[in-house]
Amino acid sequence: MIQLDNLTKVFDTPKGAVTAADNISMEVPAGEICILLGPSGCGKTTTLKMINRIIRPSSGKVFINGEDTTGLDTQDLRRNIGYVIQQIGLFPNMTIEDNISVVPRLLGWDKTRYRERAREHMDMIALDPDAFLKRYPSELSGGQQQRIGVARALAADPPVMLMDEPFGAIDPINRAVIQDEFLKMQQELKKTIMFVSHDIDEAIKMGDSVAVFREGKLVQYSTPDDLLAAPQNDFVESFLGEDRALKRLNLVRVREVVSDDIGTVSPGDTLETALARIDDYGYQNAILVVNDKRQPVGLISRALARTTKGFCRDHLQNVSATVSLDDDLRKVASLMFAQDITWLPCVDAKGRVCGQITQRAMTHHLGSRFRPGTTDASSSHVATEE
Amino acid sequence: MPIQSLKGGFRLLVLVAIFFAGVWTQSSGVIGDFLFYLPDVQFLAVQHLWLTVLSGGLAIVVAIPLGVVLSRPSMARVAESLMQILNIGTTIPTLAVLALSMSFLGIGTVPAVFGLFVATLLPIARNTYAGLKGVSPALMEAAAGIGMSPAQRLFRVELPNALYVIFAGIRTALTINIGTVPLAFLIGAGGLGELIFTGIDLYDPVMMLSGAIPTALLAIVVDALIALIAFLVVPRGVNPSRA
Ligand SMILES: Nc1ncnc2c1ncn2[C@@H]1O[C@H](COP(=O)(O)OP(=O)(O)O)[C@@H](O)[C@H]1O
Ligand SMILES: [Mg+2]
Repeated sequence: MIQLDNLTKVFDTPKGAVTAADNISMEVPAGEICILLGPSGCGKTTTLKMINRIIRPSSGKVFINGEDTTGLDTQDLRRNIGYVIQQIGLFPNMTIEDNISVVPRLLGWDKTRYRERAREHMDMIALDPDAFLKRYPSELSGGQQQRIGVARALAADPPVMLMDEPFGAIDPINRAVIQDEFLKMQQELKKTIMFVSHDIDEAIKMGDSVAVFREGKLVQYSTPDDLLAAPQNDFVESFLGEDRALKRLNLVRVREVVSDDIGTVSPGDTLETALARIDDYGYQNAILVVNDKRQPVGLISRALARTTKGFCRDHLQNVSATVSLDDDLRKVASLMFAQDITWLPCVDAKGRVCGQITQRAMTHHLGSRFRPGTTDASSSHVATEE
Repeated sequence: MPIQSLKGGFRLLVLVAIFFAGVWTQSSGVIGDFLFYLPDVQFLAVQHLWLTVLSGGLAIVVAIPLGVVLSRPSMARVAESLMQILNIGTTIPTLAVLALSMSFLGIGTVPAVFGLFVATLLPIARNTYAGLKGVSPALMEAAAGIGMSPAQRLFRVELPNALYVIFAGIRTALTINIGTVPLAFLIGAGGLGELIFTGIDLYDPVMMLSGAIPTALLAIVVDALIALIAFLVVPRGVNPSRA
């Protein structure tokens, strides 16, 4: 757990005092990722660096796992906090192995242990240990270096990590890959992480909570979904962008919106039965045909059922798409737009139909928690004073 | 490829010239004249090298810590002005430094070593300072951020990353040192300068060259030697010659 208590930093500059961080109070629960988000110069980095004392706070306190860090020795404090700087900062004079082993060696681990750990971490960041451990940073691509930077911060297994725009220097495709890898890693590692970003999409994807900064002040601290659903003021709203409703689609899984009330017919049923069931369920266009394993095999359209006689199995039309429970709504919406349809069957891990998702259910889900411009304190993750 | 063939032709010309120079030296007995000075050259070259080792070694031992101290953040305020003073110091001709040192320390090896030491000190200190100051702030922040103490930062990050520049300083300084040692003869410290200056005085080109050519060779050898050490000692990741 990281807790900031009225953390303030005032820089004395030749042009007068600059308040880079103004009474920041917030709490990141253990095992969660908190994203510090905001435009350039709003004090994200300053706030982050006060936690490991790269910048000395003017006032206020930092607690880690409930312990006031003010009294701790700076070196000890830092060795227990993983730190990923924006410029990566790998030591060019050391091999990758030495880079990753720096902190374990400072902590006095024995050689077999830290070497083994280095190999484990290479596996974790999806780089081949045999190919990379003996290389130097200059022999790696930017994305690979960034991964090593993360591995170095993780090496001694610190409970807390600080990451300053760690994926900023990578092209968008590789960035998405590294973000996914990192999230997967975090599911196992459960670190408490403060993560600086100026990219709203990254914040929504990576954060359990998001802290929005403006001119040194913390203006909103909530879950990504609450942030998008209920921005607390015009600044936050405009920073999130006009398409924030669409961005929320990323956050919601099919599982949360699916309705298991889906009418189906089997290939052996007559078209008459199909028509009756279409009417029962009030379907506009068509009904799904499933086999005895409940796997989708085709569609019977209303028009066809009304005008033709016979069995369903002889008149199957193609199922254009299905979605699975763990897909996000963005994929669903995209499929619906592409196929010009308003509902999609949902299948479970074994490919069995387990429900349907409709456009109406999606709009309803998003709309029910969509409160433009309201200031609803209860929606905040942890209420903050302004 | 006209340039290529031009180069080839030039190379041929040089070879022919060397051949004829060899024929001429052999026939005129110059080689024999040079051989006459061989024992002197051997003795004086050792003396020469000894002066370099003493003054250069002393300079390295003093200059690197000096550069390190000046590059510390707490010294930032005085460091720049001190470096300026050192830079002005570099422009004083070595002969003048030797003369000054003689007026304080008398004649012989001690004032010569001292004068040479002063002349050698500056390039090494300057490069050490510049090399350390040139280590990227991002590296320094990373080193501090992961919990290295100031001493660990210096020895594990700053010095290894500045080493190539420091070696460049040592290389320049020692090459200049060897080329300057002949002046030490003027204050009675010996070295190959003895043959050079006596040769000039006696208008004996062979004697003069018997001092000058070994001096030049020594400079080249020492330069290559330090380059080799740098090649081996500077970590591969920050060693442009091993990239
Ligand atoms: N060392 C410093 N000296 C003076 N002002 C600084 C210093 N570091 C940051 N600032 C100022 O503090 C403000 C916040 O900076 P920073 O935390 O780096 O912003 P961000 O990381 O959100 O882009 C900026 O206005 C910046 O100019
Ligand atoms: Mg920043």
